[in-house]
Amino acid sequence: MRPDIIVIGGGTVGAAIAYGLAKKQQQVLLLDGDDGDFRAARANFGLVWLQGKGLGMPAYQALTHDSIALWRGFTNEIEAETKIDLAYEQNGGLAFCLGEKGFEQRRHDLMRLHNQRGEGAPDWEMLDRSALEHLLPKVTLGPKVTGASFGRHDGHANPLRLLAALHGALLRHGGSIRHRARVERIEPVGRDFRLILDDEALIAPRIVIAAGLGSPPLARQVGLEVPLRPERGQVLVTERLAPFLPLPASGLRQTGEGTVMIGATKDHPGFDVSTTAEAAAGLSRKTVEIVPALAQVRLVRQWAGLRIMTPDGYPIYAQSHSHPGAFVALCHSGVTLAAFHAETLAGAIAAGTLPENLSPFHQRRFDVPQAA
Amino acid sequence: MFRKLHDPGAQAITIFIDGRPVPAELGESVAAVLLRQPEAWCRTTPVSESPRAPYCMMGVCFECLVEVDGLASVQGCLTPVRSGMRIARQQGPRSLSA
Repeated sequence: MRPDIIVIGGGTVGAAIAYGLAKKQQQVLLLDGDDGDFRAARANFGLVWLQGKGLGMPAYQALTHDSIALWRGFTNEIEAETKIDLAYEQNGGLAFCLGEKGFEQRRHDLMRLHNQRGEGAPDWEMLDRSALEHLLPKVTLGPKVTGASFGRHDGHANPLRLLAALHGALLRHGGSIRHRARVERIEPVGRDFRLILDDEALIAPRIVIAAGLGSPPLARQVGLEVPLRPERGQVLVTERLAPFLPLPASGLRQTGEGTVMIGATKDHPGFDVSTTAEAAAGLSRKTVEIVPALAQVRLVRQWAGLRIMTPDGYPIYAQSHSHPGAFVALCHSGVTLAAFHAETLAGAIAAGTLPENLSPFHQRRFDVPQAA
Repeated sequence: MFRKLHDPGAQAITIFIDGRPVPAELGESVAAVLLRQPEAWCRTTPVSESPRAPYCMMGVCFECLVEVDGLASVQGCLTPVRSGMRIARQQGPRSLSA
């Protein structure tokens, strides 16, 4: 059957949008990439996170807030549809602080964000060391830990199960998925779009480009210039341990299976997902400062993924002006924003226009002359 | 289940498994000694807590994880025995303080 809409990119972002479109009775075809593609969706740390995000971009703060508010309902629905347990927990999250300076800096940063939001009571609090010890009775904190910020809305989920559930739920709603479906070219044909793949052509009246780092050359063909660069993040994971960390923290979380995930680094080596001993050492050192007993635990794996970074780090959501019906959706917080992508964004795309409150996410914000 | 075919002679040493002295031979692995025990299991799994014994004997399957001289989750098949070595079978998920 000829699709109403083709979503290019089967990662967490594309799959969430495709699932949301299928729930809106659209006939959806999701095109997933090839095995060798850079797949941020399969390298993700798994936080569903609010605290600390959005400085200088109130719209992103609001977007993140809205998505997290949708996350529980989104989880319940997709779990019922697919019988896949997303392991979503939303009991709050921590960002550990080292030294008095680190503690005050964190308070300062979060207060700035709170003032930027300009409404409601703070949805976070600073916990001193003894309050933190009370919250984490099975953890002996390192001597430099002065406390943590506690974000009430923060949580975590299993990102791989989320991806599988999105694909499964899309199929249940009548959508289709094609794997190893690399789009070589997009040709506007009248008001439709013809997608040229390796050995065939597909036609649809509307398309969504959510192909992560592969998006710029595709978007350019429908009049959308999207500046992106890869940012490498490396993560470590330990053997399974008895539960000891009841809350996820920025860069340290214990999964439902008992493993401990430790993250994440940031650097810019280009399209390179190799891991480095330097990153493993740095992450280990940082973690042992917080929980010294982790020094005795075995690491079982280290991996790297590439974040999809725009110049300001915030998402791009836009519809092409020159080619209406062509949308682009790019971001690096695909897990946190999954509920928003499936519910709100997919609804807007199905309706044919992005709402005014998403206009701050148009890539035209980058079209300003750079100061010398 | 398994027994040694020769007398270790001068290579004979004693190691301790869960505190009990056990004869071993220099040059063999911790996993090999464990397989000669009346109870050949070396750990219970973190998830179902069912018993596991050494399996691949070449460092691949990670079934033979044991505590060796206080260091947990050591691959027994890749660890040669030493005189006086203390082996402990691991039960269920490790706890962080252990």
